[in-house]
Amino acid sequence: MELYSLTIHELQEKIKNGDVSAMQIAESVFSRIDAVEERVHSYIRLMKEEALAAAAKADENIKKGDIQPLTGIPVALKDIVCTKGITTTCGSHILHNFVPPYNATVVEKLSAAGAVFVGKANMDEFAMGSSTETSYFGPTSNPWDLERIPGGSSGGSATAVAADECIASIGSDTGGSIRQPAALCGVVGMKPTYGRVSRFGLIAFASSLDQIGPFTKDVEDCAIMMNVLAGYDPKESTSVKTEVPDYRRFIGGDIKGWKVGIPKEYFVEGIDPEIAAAVKKAIAVVEKCGGQIVDITLPHTQYCLAVYYIIAPAEASSNLARYDGVKYGLRTADARDLMEMYTKTRRQGFGAEVKRRIMIGTYALSAGYYDAYYGKASQVRALIRRDFDEAFQQCDVILTPTTPTPAFKIGEKTDDPLQMYLSDIFTISTNLAGIPGISVPCGFTAAGLPMGVQFLAGHFEEGKLLQIASAYEKNAAIEKRRPTL
Amino acid sequence: MEFETVIGLEVHAQMLTDTKIFCNCSTKFGGAPNSHACPVCLGLPGVLPVLNKKVVEYGMKMALATNCTINPSNSFARKNYFYPDLPKGYQISQFAYPLAEHGYILLEINGEQKKIGITRIHMEEDAGKLMHDENNPVSYVDLNRTGVPLIEIVSEPDMRSPEEAADYLKRLHEILVYLEICDGNMEEGSFRCDANVSIRPKGQEEFGIRAELKNMNSFRNVQRALEYEVKRQQYLVENGQKIVQETRLWDDAGGVTNSMRSKEEAHDYRYFPDPDLVPVMVDEIWIARIREELPELPLVKRERFVKDYQIPTYDAGVLTADKALALYYEDVVKLCGKPKQASNWVMGDVLRFLNEEKRDIRQCPISAKSLADMITLIEEGVISGKMAKDVIDDMYKTGKPPQDIIKEKGLVQITDEGELIKTISAIIEASPNQLKDYRGGKEKLFGFFVGQVMKATQGKANPQLVNDLLKKMLT
Repeated sequence: MELYSLTIHELQEKIKNGDVSAMQIAESVFSRIDAVEERVHSYIRLMKEEALAAAAKADENIKKGDIQPLTGIPVALKDIVCTKGITTTCGSHILHNFVPPYNATVVEKLSAAGAVFVGKANMDEFAMGSSTETSYFGPTSNPWDLERIPGGSSGGSATAVAADECIASIGSDTGGSIRQPAALCGVVGMKPTYGRVSRFGLIAFASSLDQIGPFTKDVEDCAIMMNVLAGYDPKESTSVKTEVPDYRRFIGGDIKGWKVGIPKEYFVEGIDPEIAAAVKKAIAVVEKCGGQIVDITLPHTQYCLAVYYIIAPAEASSNLARYDGVKYGLRTADARDLMEMYTKTRRQGFGAEVKRRIMIGTYALSAGYYDAYYGKASQVRALIRRDFDEAFQQCDVILTPTTPTPAFKIGEKTDDPLQMYLSDIFTISTNLAGIPGISVPCGFTAAGLPMGVQFLAGHFEEGKLLQIASAYEKNAAIEKRRPTL
Repeated sequence: MEFETVIGLEVHAQMLTDTKIFCNCSTKFGGAPNSHACPVCLGLPGVLPVLNKKVVEYGMKMALATNCTINPSNSFARKNYFYPDLPKGYQISQFAYPLAEHGYILLEINGEQKKIGITRIHMEEDAGKLMHDENNPVSYVDLNRTGVPLIEIVSEPDMRSPEEAADYLKRLHEILVYLEICDGNMEEGSFRCDANVSIRPKGQEEFGIRAELKNMNSFRNVQRALEYEVKRQQYLVENGQKIVQETRLWDDAGGVTNSMRSKEEAHDYRYFPDPDLVPVMVDEIWIARIREELPELPLVKRERFVKDYQIPTYDAGVLTADKALALYYEDVVKLCGKPKQASNWVMGDVLRFLNEEKRDIRQCPISAKSLADMITLIEEGVISGKMAKDVIDDMYKTGKPPQDIIKEKGLVQITDEGELIKTISAIIEASPNQLKDYRGGKEKLFGFFVGQVMKATQGKANPQLVNDLLKKMLT
């Protein structure tokens, strides 16, 4: 086995036993990157020099007996989290040269936990997209079929894990941007509860929905990452002061007697039949593990997409106003006055999807339309949240498909935004309600494309998700395949 | 046609907190450009605002001092517009749920109290400043002021004349400074005012079309601008023209207001709740604690001065206009026990000295103790009131206590009866004709004798004693 193909907990064992050094792991991962990156394009920027220095440092610490939870573990960062002194582009032309003078809180935490940063992963521009095709730096390919999209917006973070170009990675999830690519790339991806992981240093798309989370090769690694990422941050007002459990202790726990809710609204026509079958199998596995299946209803599900596509663009239109060419990032070369500088900079700096959402959001907040759009959407959002509150009176966790279809072809939906938006149909409600969700691999299509099953739980119940996900992972015994690259 | 003027004011007051409203940068005025500006001030990607609780407390003080109801859950909203001095492209302000609402302050108009309603008080962040190069087509952005906390105090359209508006503004200013939450400096922009003004035929209930006036940076300018604007609107109506809703800028040099933008050109700020901040929850315990911390407010102090010290309302008004002055006055009274005399000396001589040099009572060289001593010395007859005029002059110039100055100048009053009798006898002997005339009924000559005694004693004779002795010795 190559080192790059191992999990965090496997590598940790080897490090602890003195079998491998952090440097060997880093070199293994970079050799893999050399071999496959050209075809996959997981990264916008590689940090080889910094990574090797960090690995050397990790080895010194290991020698001293100082071994932290992620010591020597190569981790990729979605290029939406700010890295001090290292260009952070958010997949956009407008920030192509932006170098933050600070680290995101998660970067500080990962760094303190000993992680070795491999690079900045590719993403849809400003996290707006479901395929990583809107990146200014070009698309990322799905390692399972290079002609297909990896999902998005955290596509690069998902492929970096799937293609063994890192051991784990960080993504952000506003409407499914971790879980959807995790499902399409056959890895584990978690969106924690809103307020669980600090957003400080995460470049904002839709502030009331954005949440940082991990991509990992298995559920145990997800727990290890969550132990590092979770926690209150005084730098973020919406961060929540709730005790963080040791997530690892949920791994291997049984789910006997757990009530697992199946929302009828998530099993309707339009789902790919192979996914429907795979999820059905997943339900059977959960039952076999002692889970008790209960039919539940989330009656406002049909409004999720509409509500999301008002609230997210509205917040985005405001969050992206700061990219005006005045202070940093792109500034147009030829402008005669202020207004021209603004319009040309933004015209040149943003891609089509970002512009579309800025316009939708601006419209939704405009005088005379606010009540009908943003106001109404906020009210319905409260109902969606209530749906989940009521559902969790009846069940411990909810099980749904992560995506309606497996990975589609690059270019297939770029001209049809509505079709593209539908890729997130099963993941968006989670963000609107602020609850946590996890996507776990649940098999492959006949064509060899990965599929994912999603578990949802109440606020701050990440432990429950890890427990059922690990029980499922163990008992489903999904065939261990690796993409052929 | 007779018109009635309708005015409402929007006041922005910078809060005197040490740090900014959403980060830890200093709020100090001045400083090299962008020296008080961190990533939060700069609106860099990914940074987040964290509310400074002190700002809430300062705002609560103003809310309580102006009889407002504090919203138990108030929240921040984003006001979106593009401008280079606004690094995020939006200002964090409050919109639907302001800190406080439904208050009022009382004005004294022709001896009668009038209530001016306060619609709302909300918190927000200040913007930066642009500096334009005079020689090159270049502008510079200084973000030191970005994020300095402001409260905006919006009045009801309750004022009926520019004088009333100016009076309201002064009272508001006085309260802010009394609360020590704003330095009130209009020139540096820590106290700013916009005005909404309209006119309507007397007796009409419906409001006229209003103009919003900006760029008035002194009390005088606010009044001048309003006076001009009222005249301008009257002229338009009287000449059959229409008033349009617009924003107008006061031009101080020209003494006129000019149109800046019409209603059609007005911004659509697209306010919406700021998702980066959580609602500010204010409970009764917090309110009670802030209420405890409130100092005595100007109006209450004024009424107390009139009642306790038996001084005229006007005097009480002057003495309480500045909290430090009121404190000084009360110290003097406490030390000498003569409120009326203390008021006369403070309002007369002390304020005259200070005004001549544009100084503040905090910089007054005469301590409250010295002034009280001087008043006591007069009361005890050690010096005369006339002598005191010279003494206080020296006290101001040198900062020395009155006792020292009296000693140095040998100014002590002659109160020794024997000595004065001797002097008076000599004068009477030397003025036989005047004595005769006086005794013959020319009572006016009494003054002549007083003058002679004062001349002989170089003014040091105790005037009361001289009077008494002369009356006895001349008859």
